[in-house]
Amino acid sequence: MSDLRNAGTGWQERLVSAYKSFGLPRMIIAGMLVVLLIAAPLVGANFWMQITNVINRFSWNSVLVLAMVPMVHSGCGLNFGLPLGIISGLLGATISLEMGFTGPMSFVMAILIATPFAILFGIGYGWLLNKIKGGEMMIATYVGFSSVSFMCMMWLLLPYRKPDMVWGYAGTGLRTTISLEGYYDQILAKFLQIRIGSLVIPTGSLLFFAFLAFLMWAFLHTKTGTAMTAVGSNPVFAKAAGINVDKMRMLSVVLSTWLAAIGILVYQQGFGFIQLYMAPFNMALPAVSAILIGGASVNKASIANVIIGTILFQGIVTMTPTVMNNAIHMDISEVLRMVVSNGMILYALTRKTEAKS
Amino acid sequence: MSDHVPLLEMKKVAKDFFGNQVLKDINLKLEAGEVLGLVGENGAGKSTLMKILFGMTEINETGGYDGEVLFNGKVLHFTSPFDALAEGIGMVHQEFSLIPGFTATENILLNREPQKKSVVSEVFGERLNTLDRKSMKQKADGAIDKMGMHIDGNMVIADMPVGHKQFTEIARELSKEQLKLLILDEPTAVLTEQEAEVLLQSIRGMASRGIAVIFITHRLHEIMSVCDKVVVMRDGVLVHDVAAKDTSIPEVTRWMVGRSVNIDAQTHRKPPETPTIMSIRKLWVDMPGETVRNVSLDIREGEILGIGGLAGQGKLGIPNGIMGLYNAGGQVTFDGKEIPLNAPRRCLDSQLAFVSEDRRGVGLLLDESLEWNIAFPAMQIHNKFLKNYLGGLIKWRDEKAIGEVTRKYIEELQIKCTSSKQKAKQLSGGNQQKVCLAKAFALNPKFLFVSEPTRGIDVGAKALVLEALKKFNRENGVTVVMISSELEELRQICDRIAIVSGGRIAGILPATSSSEDFGTLMVSKVV
Amino acid sequence: MNKKQNNASGRLLNFLGENSVPIMFVIIVAICIPISGFSPKFLLNEIITRMGRNVFLILSLLIPIMAGMGLNFGMTLGAMAGEIALIFVSDWQIWGIPGIILAMILSIPISVVMGIMCGKILNASKGREMITSYIISFFTNGLYQLLVLYMMGSIIPIIHSSIKLPRGYGIRQTVGLLNMRQSLDNLLALRIAGVKIPVLTFIIIALMCLVIVWFRRTKLGQDMRAVGQDMEVARDAGIDVERTRIISIVISTVLAGFGMIIYLQNMGDMATYSAHSQIGMFCIAALLVGGASVDRASIGNVFLGVVLFHLMFILAPTAGAKITGDTMIGEYFRVFISYGVITVALVMYETKKRKAKAGMGHLLEAAQREEEKANA
Repeated sequence: MSDLRNAGTGWQERLVSAYKSFGLPRMIIAGMLVVLLIAAPLVGANFWMQITNVINRFSWNSVLVLAMVPMVHSGCGLNFGLPLGIISGLLGATISLEMGFTGPMSFVMAILIATPFAILFGIGYGWLLNKIKGGEMMIATYVGFSSVSFMCMMWLLLPYRKPDMVWGYAGTGLRTTISLEGYYDQILAKFLQIRIGSLVIPTGSLLFFAFLAFLMWAFLHTKTGTAMTAVGSNPVFAKAAGINVDKMRMLSVVLSTWLAAIGILVYQQGFGFIQLYMAPFNMALPAVSAILIGGASVNKASIANVIIGTILFQGIVTMTPTVMNNAIHMDISEVLRMVVSNGMILYALTRKTEAKS
Repeated sequence: MSDHVPLLEMKKVAKDFFGNQVLKDINLKLEAGEVLGLVGENGAGKSTLMKILFGMTEINETGGYDGEVLFNGKVLHFTSPFDALAEGIGMVHQEFSLIPGFTATENILLNREPQKKSVVSEVFGERLNTLDRKSMKQKADGAIDKMGMHIDGNMVIADMPVGHKQFTEIARELSKEQLKLLILDEPTAVLTEQEAEVLLQSIRGMASRGIAVIFITHRLHEIMSVCDKVVVMRDGVLVHDVAAKDTSIPEVTRWMVGRSVNIDAQTHRKPPETPTIMSIRKLWVDMPGETVRNVSLDIREGEILGIGGLAGQGKLGIPNGIMGLYNAGGQVTFDGKEIPLNAPRRCLDSQLAFVSEDRRGVGLLLDESLEWNIAFPAMQIHNKFLKNYLGGLIKWRDEKAIGEVTRKYIEELQIKCTSSKQKAKQLSGGNQQKVCLAKAFALNPKFLFVSEPTRGIDVGAKALVLEALKKFNRENGVTVVMISSELEELRQICDRIAIVSGGRIAGILPATSSSEDFGTLMVSKVV
Repeated sequence: MNKKQNNASGRLLNFLGENSVPIMFVIIVAICIPISGFSPKFLLNEIITRMGRNVFLILSLLIPIMAGMGLNFGMTLGAMAGEIALIFVSDWQIWGIPGIILAMILSIPISVVMGIMCGKILNASKGREMITSYIISFFTNGLYQLLVLYMMGSIIPIIHSSIKLPRGYGIRQTVGLLNMRQSLDNLLALRIAGVKIPVLTFIIIALMCLVIVWFRRTKLGQDMRAVGQDMEVARDAGIDVERTRIISIVISTVLAGFGMIIYLQNMGDMATYSAHSQIGMFCIAALLVGGASVDRASIGNVFLGVVLFHLMFILAPTAGAKITGDTMIGEYFRVFISYGVITVALVMYETKKRKAKAGMGHLLEAAQREEEKANA
C-alpha cells in the first residue's frame, strides 16, 4: 500500500519536473498536436491516413534533425549552416546518378560519394567556426547561404551530361528538380513496409534512422564523445583537462555536416525528387526549430529531443493543413508553421545559457 | 566646538554576507580636506566598507548593513551609487569604467554633458538636446587642471597609455561640482613612478581645496607621504586609526598581517631536504590582472610549498601559466624532463594536476553530474574508467567504474550531495571545492598545484579541505604547491612559503617565520 | 627619408586593408562595364534611379549600428509596416503625394509597436542580436501573412475588391500602386542630357542625412554611442541602457517603413508577400559593400555602397551571359556576392573582436629580455 503511494508521489514529482524542464512553449505545441489528433476524425479526415503522413514526414526529416546534435554537444550552437551538408549530399546524389548507378546501388553510391565532400566541407567550415568562437550561429547561417548560392552557379556549370538530369533544350545545366524514379525513390521506405488498412509504415526508413541514432548515442558514450560533450558544457574545463578544444569542435562540425548529407539523401528517397538550386536554402530553420521543440537548448541536445521534436514539428506541419481546411476552410498552416517554428527559435535564443556567463 | 560635525562618520558599522561576518564594529571619522590612507590585506574588509559607503547595490541585495554612516551629520540611506554621487561621494574603482571609443572629454562628462535646447527637443524631450561641445571642453579642461596632471582632452581612450586612463577617471570625479569625498581604490597600481608622484601631488591639491580623500593602496610609502591619518584593517576589524606622522612603515606592516595566534613551530615538521622535483626558470605569464615576470623557483620533492602574496601581484599566474591555461614563456623542468608550456595535455601526461581558483569557470562542468566531473580528466588522460571493445578501437564509458570512484571520493571527502549523479551546480561552494580536489586526486598525480582552495567556503569545509591536502601529501608522497591569499592558512600546512610581489618572487621563508617578515615581503615590490 | 617612405607605404597598406571590400567591388565593376557593353548614360540613369529608391532604406540601418546592436536584420519589420500602410492607403484610394504622406504617417504607429517588440526581444538576447533579429524578421513575416492574407477583408474591412483575392478575403499577390507611381520622383524632376534626376526624392534623402548628422550630436545619439561601446560603463554612468537600445531599434524600424514606401512608390507596384523578404539582405549587403562593418558605418558608406552594389547588380547578369553564355549564371552570381559579402563582413568582425582580446605576451617577453640585458 505504502509502496503504491510512494510510487504515486514519485510519479507526480516526475511530472512536475518534466513540466518544468519541458517549458511552456513545448507544452503548447504538444497540446496543439493533441487537439489536432482529436479534431482530425471529427472534421472528417482519415485518422490513420493522418498518422501515416506524420510517420512518413518523420522518416524524411529525422536524420536532418539528428545532424543538429553533434554541434550542439560541442558548444558550436545550432547548426544554421546545415545547407552546407545538404550540398555535399546533393553532390553525392547527382554524381551517383551521373555515373549511371540505378536502384539501391545508386543510394549506396550517393552516400559513399557524398562522404568525402561532407568531410572536406566540414573541415573548412569547422576551421572557420574555430576562428570566430562566440559568433557561430550568425556566420553559420551566412556560410550556408553563400554556399547555396555558389552551388547555384555550379549546378549550371559543372559538366553533367545525363539526359534525365539536365535541361532538355541546352543539354547542360542541371534541372531544378530531378525525379528519382528508377533510382532510389522509396528505397528505404519500401523495405519491410507494413500496411494495415490505410496505415502505412515505412519500416526501412525508420530502421535507417534508428541505426544512425544508435550510432550517435553510442558515440556520445565513448571517450571521444564524452570529451565532446565536456567541450560544449565548459570549454575552459575541457582545456584544463588536456582536451584539444578546437579539434573536438572540428570533429563535431564534420559529423554534423556528414549527417546533413545523409539526411538529405534520406529525405530525397522519401520525397522522390532531388531538389537543387535554392531548395536547400530554407532547410536549416525547420530542423533547428524541430530539435528545439523537442526540448533541446542552444547547448544541450539528446536523441530523445530529436525524436520528440521531429514528431511534434512534422505532426503540426502535416496535420494542420487538412484539419484546418476541413474545419474552417481556411489554410493557415503555412503561416502557423512560420510562427511556431521561428517563435520556438526566438524562445531558445532569449533563454540565458548558464555556461556562457 | 561640540557642535562641530565631521564630514564623514561611521558608527558601529557591521556587515555579514549570509551569516559570514566580514565587518565588525567599524568606527571612523573623517574631516573635510583630510586624506585617509586605508590599508589591509586582501579580504580584510576594505572593499566591503567602501561598497557600503558608496551605496553599491550588492550591499542592499544582501540585506544591508548594521550601524550608521553619517555624512555631513546626516544619516545616509543609499540604495545605489547614484545616491552617493548626488551627495558628493565619488569613487575611482580598480577596473576602468571608460568608453574606449570616446575622447577623454566625452568620458569625463559621460551622461552629464552640458546641452543646448532646440525646437525639436522642446517637442520630443530632453534627450534630443544637442551637446554643447564648447562648454564640454571647458568643463573637462577645468577638471583636468584641477587634477594637476595634463592629459589631452581630445585623445580617444583606446589610444591612451594606461596611466592616462586612470587620470581620466579621476578627472571625471573632480568634474562633479558637488564632490566632497573621493575614494581612490589602488589608483597607483597601473601608474609609473613619476605618474604616481603626480597623483600624490594632485591628492594634496584636492585636500587643500577641502575635498576629503580615502586612499586605498598597498604601497605604504605613498600612504606615509600623502595621508593625514592611517587606518589599518584586519579580518573585518579596524585595528588601528592613527595620525600618519605618529607611525612608520614597519609598524603598519605589523598591524596589517600580525595576528594574535602564533604558529606553533612544533606542529610543523622539518622542511624535507629532498632533491628538487620541479625547477622553474625565467617564467613569464600573461594572465590579465595576475601578470608573472621573470620567476625562478625550485620545488622540492614531497614538500608542501605555499605561494602567498597580495591579490593582483601574480601568484595565481604561476600555476595557470605552467599548466597552459594562459600564455606563458620560460623554462619548466619536472622530474628531469622539460615540460612544454602552453600545452595543458603535456603537463597532465607528466602527472601534474591543477585545482583552479576559478571553480565555476574552470574547475567544474556545472551542468553535468559529479561522476562526470570527478572522472573526466582521469578518463581522458589515463584511459581510466573505460571498457575497450574491438581491441581498443572503441573506448566505451564504464558507468559502473565511474560511479564507484565517485562514491569513494564522496565518502572520503565528505561531499554533501543527494547522489553521485547530482549536478555540480547544485552543490554549495565548499562541496564544489571538494569535487575539484577529488577530480585532481583521481588523476593520481605526482605533483599538485592547488590554487585558492578555501576561497569563499565556510570554516568547516576549509578545515576539511586543508586536512585532505595534507593527508594526500603525507600518505601518497605527492608534492603540493598551494597558492593562497590567506597567509595563516599557508602557515598551517606548508613547509616553506614563497611570497610573490610585483609579479616576482620576493623571497622564500620557512612557514615558522614571523608574520612581520612575510608582511614586509608582500609589500616589497608591489607595482 | 626612408622612414617617411615606410610610413607612407604602411599607411597605404592600412588603407587597402580597411577598404578591401569596396576596392574589390570597384575592380569587379571595372571589369564588367566593358564586357556588358552598356552605355554610360544607361548606367547613370539606372544608378540614379536605384539611389533614389534604396538610399533611404539603407540609412535606416545606421542607428542600430551606432548603438552596438549590429546589422539590423529586423529592418524588414519596418518594411512590412510600410506595406501595411500602403495597402490601406490604396484601399482608400488616396493617391499621389497625399497618399504617400498618409502612408508614412500611418506606418509610424505600426513601426513603433513592432520596433518595441523587436527591441525587447533583442534586450533579452544580448550578444546575439544579429541572429535574433534575423529570426524575428521570419517570425514577424508569419504574423504579417496572418494579418494580410487572412484577416484583411474578413476581420479588417477592405473596401475595394480590386486588391482583394477572389475568395473574398486576403490581399492579392500584387497591389498596383500605379496612381502613386513615382509621384515623389516626378515632382521637381530634372532631365539633364537624358538622365532623369528625381530632385524631390534626393532632397528628402539629403534632409535625412542631415537629420542623422544632427542626431549624432544630440544627447540621445551620444548615449547610443556609449551604450554601443560598453553597456556596463554606460549603465554605471546612469544611462538607461535597455531603453536606449529599444529607442534605436524603434527609430530604425520607423525609418525603414518610410524607406519602403519611397522604394515602392518608385517601383509602382507591390509584391504583397515577397517585397520585404529580401530587402533586408540587399540593404545590408549594399552597406557592407560601401565599406561599413558590423560596428561602424557612415553616410558615405551608404552612398558608395549603393553605387557599387547596384552597378554590380545591373552588370552581373549581362556580363555573366557574355562570359558563360547563360543569363542565369549572372543572376546567381549577384545573389552569391550579396551573401558572400555579408559572410566576409561578419567573419572579419568576429575575428577582430577576438584579436582585440588576445594577450600581450610578447611584450612581457621583450621586457624580460630587456631586463636581463640590463642586468648583464
